[in-house]
Amino acid sequence: MSDEFMLRGNAACPGCPIPKELQFMLEVTGKNSVVVVPASCSTIVMGDDIHGMPSAVPVVHSPFAAPASIASGIKAGLKMQGKDANVIVWAGDGSTADIGFATVSGAAERNEDIIYVCYDNEAYMNTGIQRSSLTPHGAWSTTTPEGKREYKKPLPFIMMDHNVPYVATLSVAYPMDFQAKFKKAASIKGFKYMHMISPCPPGWRFDPSLTIELAKLAVETGVWPLMEYESGKLKLTGPSVLLLNKEKRKPIEEYLKPQGRFNGMSDEMLNELKHSIDITWNEIAARIKRSP
Amino acid sequence: MKTLALAGNYAVAYAVKQAKPSVLAVYPITPQTTMLEQLAEYVQSGELKAELIKVESEHSAMASIFGAALAGARVFTATASQGLLYMGEMIYWVGGTKVPLVAAIATRAIGSPWSIWDDHQDILSKRDSIWIQMMAENVQEAYDLTILAFRISEDKNIEMPVMIGFDGFILTHTMERLEVLDDSDVDSFIPKRSFNMLDFDNPRGIGTVAGPGTYIKYRHVQNEKMVGAIPKIKEIMSQYEELSGRRYGLVECYKCDDAEHVIVAMGAWAGDAKAAVDELRAKGIKAGMLKITVYRPFPKEEIKKALDSKSVIVFDRSYSYGASGILAADVKNALYGSDSKVYSVIAGIGGRDVTPMDFEKVVSDEIEGSLEEERWIV
Repeated sequence: MSDEFMLRGNAACPGCPIPKELQFMLEVTGKNSVVVVPASCSTIVMGDDIHGMPSAVPVVHSPFAAPASIASGIKAGLKMQGKDANVIVWAGDGSTADIGFATVSGAAERNEDIIYVCYDNEAYMNTGIQRSSLTPHGAWSTTTPEGKREYKKPLPFIMMDHNVPYVATLSVAYPMDFQAKFKKAASIKGFKYMHMISPCPPGWRFDPSLTIELAKLAVETGVWPLMEYESGKLKLTGPSVLLLNKEKRKPIEEYLKPQGRFNGMSDEMLNELKHSIDITWNEIAARIKRSP
Repeated sequence: MKTLALAGNYAVAYAVKQAKPSVLAVYPITPQTTMLEQLAEYVQSGELKAELIKVESEHSAMASIFGAALAGARVFTATASQGLLYMGEMIYWVGGTKVPLVAAIATRAIGSPWSIWDDHQDILSKRDSIWIQMMAENVQEAYDLTILAFRISEDKNIEMPVMIGFDGFILTHTMERLEVLDDSDVDSFIPKRSFNMLDFDNPRGIGTVAGPGTYIKYRHVQNEKMVGAIPKIKEIMSQYEELSGRRYGLVECYKCDDAEHVIVAMGAWAGDAKAAVDELRAKGIKAGMLKITVYRPFPKEEIKKALDSKSVIVFDRSYSYGASGILAADVKNALYGSDSKVYSVIAGIGGRDVTPMDFEKVVSDEIEGSLEEERWIV
């Protein structure tokens, strides 16, 4: 498990969790992996034609809306030659939830045997912090200067509703949980959807030393529940197991305060944001209850 | 070799079956859809051992066969019109990556307004995407060019995507007599695919960022490769002639050697133009016809050789609005510096019927001196 899959000195910003997340993932999926990367911060992280790339596995760059389809094709191409590999899409929230959503939905409906990862930094960070459908309510971005008015699209639930074999949410602050989920994903045939909260220091306006702290607080405050959906059954994992009870969650303010993007948020917006998180937990409770 | 009667879509599907791609991804669109249905039946029956990915869009059709092609599989897709435009981003991506794959385009007008009928605006809108492009005159050619496309695309010295165009409805839905090769002959004509960009032992980035210092160099080399493909394409076409008895070239010269008035066109209406040439010849007029089979790379030398010092009338089934006929501009470019006189006729757009009489009339007007430099037959 000590192989370096993501070399240092890559182009990620200080405090960016992307290289660590990729390292954690590739430690599990191994050398026999190929990563399909649509237009995103990771395009830049993956190097250039002169300096080379930091990845120890092949990387296929993709237009913004295409990675789930390119991955479907790679898998089919390998299969028809009697070969196999972990074919992984590594996409941001804009590609996954907005421009490429039809593609993700199509690949999920066909139950393509790929691992689709959405590293969710909750805005178009690579183009300079524009809101996406996964930006949370109330958050500042360059296109929501007064705070986003809409709610975050509940993508993990939407993917569960495609009846795919496996859906998981992850946070880089919990490597054991993170890697256990990838291990499981790699062992399951069919479409696996992995959605990780991916704190972005410049985009969220926090000190780069706090990345892991925020990835942890997102879970502890209940903003980002860690869960796992397998064969139609939903369960909470890691510290989230105890957080169905709202009393056990840390106050959301602890998560919001270090982030400049929530500065000056009105009480009304804060209440709306809290309400949106309640909706998520109510949905989780209902889904656990009706799990087989 | 055997003789069949097939509509164009089935003839192309038959050629695809014989070329044995192992991954297909096709999305329905008129007038291509019956080809997709035929391919699905071939896969279902096991006649074609392939994975048919039932994608949710044309963008994904091209994206998924691109992925499969990188991984070493022989691949195919087909589309038309809006579908080709929706695929457009991936068309350029594939051309830029220089990946061998084959697409058949059942040419069709572009909306708005909606039109399902034939013209060449769709395929010509992709002329700058670093793909080899060929156009068929009839069902036999649609079949032959499909076989040739696989062979050319995967040739070691070429390794580029190839697009063949055949006119929507006029060829896709018209049943014609054609001769097809034996499966074993196709097997020997198209060697096993060796192209594969995915190497797990020596991992590389495919499509990695290129800065201003290198990007233009890649494009420059790609253009040299594209132009450099011309002699190789000719060579492959003569190998195909040995196998099939059917001659192909970058262009086809129909009675144009001694002609004084030459019609230039590509696609199905080349047949109507040839009929017009025969009528004109019967009246003692030295008419001829030059058909463009390979549109990209554009056969400038062949065109110059065939058309030098003649009256040239280029028929375009598409237009660059605010500028000129697209093929007319290409032909004028090829003839720059020669003393040919070039006229441009715009016709057949959105499926408007064009008959041999229309071609005859234009040539007669040219002889009388009443043909405008650019004429629209509307």
